[in-house]
Amino acid sequence: MKSWIEKQRHLIDFTLSSLLRRRGRNLGLLVVYSLLVFVLASAMLYSHALRREAAVILEGAPEVVLQRLVAGRHDLIPPGYIDKIGQMRGVQDIRGRLWGYYYDSVVKANYTFMVPADGSVAKGALVVGPALARQRGLEANTGVSFRAYSGELRSFIIADVLPQASEIASADLILINEDDFRAFFNYPAGHYTDVALTVANAKEVRNVANKLSKLLPDSRPILREEMQRTYASLFDWREGIMLALLSAAILAFAILAWEKASGLSADEKREIGILKAIGWETGDVIRMKLWEGGLISLTAFLLGFVAAYVHVFKFGAPLFAPVLKGWAVLYPRFDLVPVIDGLQVATLFFFTVFPYMAAVLVPIWRAAVTDPDAVMRS
Amino acid sequence: MIELRDVKKAFNQGQHNEVWALSGISLGIEAKRVTALRGPSGSGKTTLLTLIGCLARPTSGRVTLHGRDISGLPERFLTEIRRKTFGFVFQQFNLVKGLSAIENVMLPAYPTGRPHRELAQRAEALLERLRLAHRRDARAEWLSGGEQQRVAIARALINDPEVLVADEPTANLDTALAKEFMAILESFGAEGRTVILTSHDPLVTESAVVGRLVDMRDGLLVEHHE
Repeated sequence: MKSWIEKQRHLIDFTLSSLLRRRGRNLGLLVVYSLLVFVLASAMLYSHALRREAAVILEGAPEVVLQRLVAGRHDLIPPGYIDKIGQMRGVQDIRGRLWGYYYDSVVKANYTFMVPADGSVAKGALVVGPALARQRGLEANTGVSFRAYSGELRSFIIADVLPQASEIASADLILINEDDFRAFFNYPAGHYTDVALTVANAKEVRNVANKLSKLLPDSRPILREEMQRTYASLFDWREGIMLALLSAAILAFAILAWEKASGLSADEKREIGILKAIGWETGDVIRMKLWEGGLISLTAFLLGFVAAYVHVFKFGAPLFAPVLKGWAVLYPRFDLVPVIDGLQVATLFFFTVFPYMAAVLVPIWRAAVTDPDAVMRS
Repeated sequence: MIELRDVKKAFNQGQHNEVWALSGISLGIEAKRVTALRGPSGSGKTTLLTLIGCLARPTSGRVTLHGRDISGLPERFLTEIRRKTFGFVFQQFNLVKGLSAIENVMLPAYPTGRPHRELAQRAEALLERLRLAHRRDARAEWLSGGEQQRVAIARALINDPEVLVADEPTANLDTALAKEFMAILESFGAEGRTVILTSHDPLVTESAVVGRLVDMRDGLLVEHHE
């Protein structure tokens, strides 16, 4: 056992000195390879973080949201609808929601105005999202004015700024008192934007949705799981599109790495011949080269992954964000909560390190099984 | 010690460029002697040396070492015998470029798993003996021809082999360096080490150090001189 360890130590020593002897080639390989891992890992980390963020938001969403439609367009929920639904079995809680969008021409951004369920915002006050607070330079107890739908300018006092925890959800949010909301948007009394339903038994959600469709045929129930699926497929699609766009570059990098890794120079072939002639077994040569390939690919994987992590979570993925995030669905400025999925890392590891090891192994194996007497004839 | 019986060796057998390098050699090599294989280029000296040194297997015939048939052994076992029994000095020296002299010397011992300190001590002692201690950290490509050869000899001795095999050891050396090599050879002879070499250099073949001269031509033995 001790001699086995000592032998591995010798092999690693020799491998390191081999790597240093071919510094230029190995450094080039490391850079190209790290870049490849960086691109793939950035796309993976970013999409995964977005998916998780969307999941976090939807976790707090009601099981069913009911919207009324007029000619296929979203319309307000008229009075009486909530009472009708209230008698339905399986529905634990029912609540009319008030929310809407507002375009702020000062900073050229869209805000989401919403009346909180608990009615916690006092009249004349607002609670604003962190991104909005940043953009408009707001903080607690400062004043802000918006032009209402009636055309008059209405002033509010900022009661609080929402925490940063999940900025994606709250970045552009403004919480407002119900009376203020109705007055600001000229919203008709007794009407709601949509209806949120809480269903105690998860298995009952689809039944409740079917019953709702029958009871209120002009409305459409939206299930939370459907929203989760939509978000997931949206981000999957975006990730796919980005990888498709980058595929040419990725392929070029991969070919370059493959060629660099798999091409044995005449010097290397000669060296393998010498090692075999002086008593190294084919297995020793292959093990040594595997150590070499392993060191390069692992270092490249770590470098690429760490760079991707910093790129995504520290700098907000400036290289890929425009494609992956999309302007229409999410607010453009937010910080992602760092999250790493073990399976995803393993997948990336498998698809980057293993092909490299295969690329290294085949030519080495070919060179290593040549007769050791070849060196006598060179 | 080493016996060859009707040994033949073909290259590219069955192809249009088939060549028979050895056409039936039977030869016994005694231990603790310096044996030289002499012959013109293409006579099969180096091929014979590769078969004796377990670098290749014969196409037909038998090679025995201490009575054990080694001609049909799988590569793994052949490698082990090669590592333990033989030390090689190649015509081109074949040092690994970029490695220092001492690293080159230690190279054949890496697969044995001997402790690094022990290896380094032995390598240093060998370099000292061959008057190369001052060049221990010099890279192989910075060494002169004579120095490279002495490093190659030290490398051949690191595993303390029974037999030293040298292919045309003076072919790339001038007369002074060739004489220096013969002096080293003489010391091996005095130690009772078995040495097998190929050469067509009279400085080697006519030297008193060589105990036995085997002449070859066209893949066959011509005559033996004791």
